[in-house]
Amino acid sequence: MTLLTTVFAAVICTVIWYRGAPKSEMKVGVLCWMYWGASLMWLADAIFEYAKLHAEYFTPAPADMLNDFYLGLSVVALGLVIWLIILLVKDPKGVVKAALFRRKN
Amino acid sequence: MACFLVPAAEAVVTTIAAKAMKSKEANPETVKIQLDGAELVEAEKIPFSRKLSWLNKLLWGGSVLLAFEHVWHGEVAPWFPFLTAASNSADVAEMLHEMSTVGITMAVLVTAVWAGMLAVSSMIEKRAKKALPDES
Repeated sequence: MTLLTTVFAAVICTVIWYRGAPKSEMKVGVLCWMYWGASLMWLADAIFEYAKLHAEYFTPAPADMLNDFYLGLSVVALGLVIWLIILLVKDPKGVVKAALFRRKN
Repeated sequence: MACFLVPAAEAVVTTIAAKAMKSKEANPETVKIQLDGAELVEAEKIPFSRKLSWLNKLLWGGSVLLAFEHVWHGEVAPWFPFLTAASNSADVAEMLHEMSTVGITMAVLVTAVWAGMLAVSSMIEKRAKKALPDES
């Protein structure tokens, strides 16, 4: 469920990035790399889990599924927070800079 | 248990390599290309260090989010030795086994996907050059 949640986040971010490309004012690419990286790593983890559990891997207990989904959402939220910090620090649109400095008349 | 440390270690190495490469890279190759329609524009081919930074971002991003998952499951703690499995030898053996199997697979899978991206980007670059109208 964590893998699935991250893959959905990665796909949505990639579509948003593609719509805005080649401009990257919102730095959505950061989110794409983060979510795809995590998705690939969880895929590797899932392969090992599947090798251990076989078909049972696809029938998790509802409580485990809910906890994994909760974790997935938390991971997505953490990714969004990291992206927001990078966006505000890099400030590609100069919004933060404009808020800090006022033009002298 | 600590599988994310393997891709994180790879990320450290590739980040250093990308920085070293960037400082040594000569001027990028310039090509005339049709970027968004009919007009020919002069464009620079992106250097290899930039492509290596794709791998860095995949590895760092994935490692950070996986580290969070390990905190969630109580496998990483904010106090020494930081990895809860490091407190007894039986768990250490299991942790090392997981790092050498799952961790290595994670790093290999991410690197393989990046290699695939390199192959596709090289194909796109070649196709874009071929698509140019004859200048003669």
